[in-house]
Amino acid sequence: MTDLPGIPSRRNFLKASAATVALVGVAAQAKAKETAAAVPLDEYKPEYLNAVEWAFVMAATARLIPSEGDGPGALEARVPVFIDLQLAGDYGTAEDWYMAGPHDPTVAADRGWQTPLNPAEVYRKAIPLVDDWCRTTHGAIFAELEADKQDATLTALQKGEVTLPPDVTIFFTTLLANTKEGYFADPMYGGNHGMASWVYIGFPGARAAFREWPTRHNIKYPLGPVSIKGERA
Amino acid sequence: MARQEKKKDVVIVGLGWTGSIAGIELAQEGLEIVALERGHDQSVVPNFQYPNQIDELKYGVRLKNFQHPRMQTVTVRRNEAETALPYRSLGSFLPGNGVGGAGTHWNGLNWRPQEQELSLRSYVRDNWGEQIIPDDMVLQDYPVTYDEMEPFFTRFEKVAGISGKAGNIKGQIQEGGNPFEGWRSEEYPMPALPTTYDASLFEKAAKAAGLHPFPAPAGIASQAYTNPYGMQMGPCNFCGFCERYGCYQYSKSMPQTCTLDALKAYPNFSYRTGAEVLRVEMAQDGKTATGVTYYDYATKEEVFQPADIVILASYQLNNVHLMLLSGIGQPYNAVTGEGVTGKNYAYQMNGGVTLFFKDANFNPFVGHGANGIAIDDYSISQIDFGKEGFIGGAYWRAGTFNGQPIRSMPLPKGTASWGGKWKEAIGEWYGHAMSIGTHGSHMSYKTNHLDLDPTYTDPHGRPLMRMTFNWNPNDLRMNQFQKRKAEELAKTMGANITDIGFKDVGAQYDVRPYQTTHNTGGHIMSDSPTTGAVNKFSQAWDKHNVFAMGAGNFVQNTQYNPTGLVGGLAYHTVHAIRTQYLSNPRPLV
Repeated sequence: MTDLPGIPSRRNFLKASAATVALVGVAAQAKAKETAAAVPLDEYKPEYLNAVEWAFVMAATARLIPSEGDGPGALEARVPVFIDLQLAGDYGTAEDWYMAGPHDPTVAADRGWQTPLNPAEVYRKAIPLVDDWCRTTHGAIFAELEADKQDATLTALQKGEVTLPPDVTIFFTTLLANTKEGYFADPMYGGNHGMASWVYIGFPGARAAFREWPTRHNIKYPLGPVSIKGERA
Repeated sequence: MARQEKKKDVVIVGLGWTGSIAGIELAQEGLEIVALERGHDQSVVPNFQYPNQIDELKYGVRLKNFQHPRMQTVTVRRNEAETALPYRSLGSFLPGNGVGGAGTHWNGLNWRPQEQELSLRSYVRDNWGEQIIPDDMVLQDYPVTYDEMEPFFTRFEKVAGISGKAGNIKGQIQEGGNPFEGWRSEEYPMPALPTTYDASLFEKAAKAAGLHPFPAPAGIASQAYTNPYGMQMGPCNFCGFCERYGCYQYSKSMPQTCTLDALKAYPNFSYRTGAEVLRVEMAQDGKTATGVTYYDYATKEEVFQPADIVILASYQLNNVHLMLLSGIGQPYNAVTGEGVTGKNYAYQMNGGVTLFFKDANFNPFVGHGANGIAIDDYSISQIDFGKEGFIGGAYWRAGTFNGQPIRSMPLPKGTASWGGKWKEAIGEWYGHAMSIGTHGSHMSYKTNHLDLDPTYTDPHGRPLMRMTFNWNPNDLRMNQFQKRKAEELAKTMGANITDIGFKDVGAQYDVRPYQTTHNTGGHIMSDSPTTGAVNKFSQAWDKHNVFAMGAGNFVQNTQYNPTGLVGGLAYHTVHAIRTQYLSNPRPLV
């Protein structure tokens, strides 16, 4: 790598970052701890999702962000863990939202969240219905279908071709949004494992200090990401 | 029975920009003042400190710095025929919460309106005649002129610590500034911030096209700064976490960096948090308020706070709600056109172009909320309304402001929204796209208004406020004009792919995607008690000891971000209270 004026060389950066890690013992421990705690997804005990739902979320997110090609897939990023933890928390229960009735979930989508269900309840009600549709249409539940049938199912869901009751028509939009959140959120929320998604696109995470950079025009920022807890990748 | 607190000279509802300005200026008069803040207390440390605030999920997506709809929200419908439904989760606009209010989470774009915008009806009448004003448009002059307001804009800019380059000092056009801005009595308090790569490409293209680029005016410190209250700011490090976040760097103009600590030093000022004002209480003569009743979240009871002066300084939506609940001003009726409170709700009409350059590195995470280069060549003062067939205008800006990937992942139109193709596209395009945004005016219409909802209530049993709002053909035509001009300029920039994003004619208001938190009007200023809720000093026409500050005062929305006008009007109001009202409390007009 060519040394740029005012920018530490890659070599100097590696030396500097090694020294910093040695000094900041907390960050180093945090990294070690996080890696050790990452149980394999098939041994993970969900906080909210039941076995059927977990299988669905594993299978669906694996198609929404597949593993093949460059960059991590949803499973490598541990997106299903993120979704489970979010649904178990105050997002799942819509703690901050106005949920008082009367509700009219039959209105057009541009009226916003109008189902009486919170996000956790939407997953709970929608997943068995989607599995039923898969059984009728493709002969097996979603998690047991071939990838191309799974993709066809997700496409049908997105286009509104899977008939669902009005209170869960928002399911696909929610699932896709949560999947991308889990892919790109800080790893402390359970997804974006090892910050691999940030490394893939070149987002430096919580660095948030670029004083010298506004006038370095058309030069790619060279440092990898840091997390809120101080891990580096 | 409600607890009663000791009487104060002044009670302020809401402790954000306008509440803290009113507090500090009136504290200098020696008055006993209490501010009541619905939300929590918050300071840079610990609330906004690094690294906790640098959390896109918690603050950018789950919106933990904002008002929670469960506590307070509105219902929304697009027209009288639709049933209004609650704005249950935040989308289109994001009202703030807690000490500092919207001043903590804004982007820092601090504009003054153009001279023509404050006298817009007269400007249109004098140049094209009143016949070009559409029948449904409620176009009025502000009851203040730019010349009257200039010292107060200057005052707010010094307090808020604004960085920029003047384009017009006392009528003399300045090289490098905005030649179309209203005159300034002096240069900006701080020089402009450095220009990022995307903004430099826009600047070059704009210059080549004969346009007049200048640095966007930023409530972001470009250097160490001490304001007139002795508050200190430090230079911005382009961390890229402005909008939706408090600034961990003491660089963004916020009440926390510009007013609050100075205000708290006055022994005659105090504030209470977790104190949600439920209504303004009226004297038996009906001409004055006696104080406010609030809900104390700590003791879980209603409290009456008597005061001689009531200043409504909460967010625009909450101010209007309180006025409707308290009988301040006759509620506006959209069918008859009578009444004033809730009238002229307005918003903002925006669009944009995204340019994808395969080989360019924009480092989109290096930026700030008010970053970049702007032009005003297609602004209100520069458009021939008679020829173009609309009333309005926009400023444009290019400048990186956040590269946070959950929300900021521009991909070429037609890219799959999931699957292998999506994953490939995010790897290919992240960091290689820039945008030019057009930020446009929004006029006021007979149909767009605020009133009380007949069905839904808040946790205190009060009716929610109902917003009736839809896009209007006039503003959509303005947007289409900006689209044509933006397409023209974008074509000259040599991008691999250019995507255009503007609302089409006939577009319906959609509450889901974030658009802007520039909600305006509802307690508009006017020169007569039949056309607005407050006079030129933000004083309620029918309750002379009630003052309502903020963007609710806007007669129609300007083409700019509202804070510069909000801050200027706050100083204008508080100056009138100090110099005219305290010595002889009465209607000032």
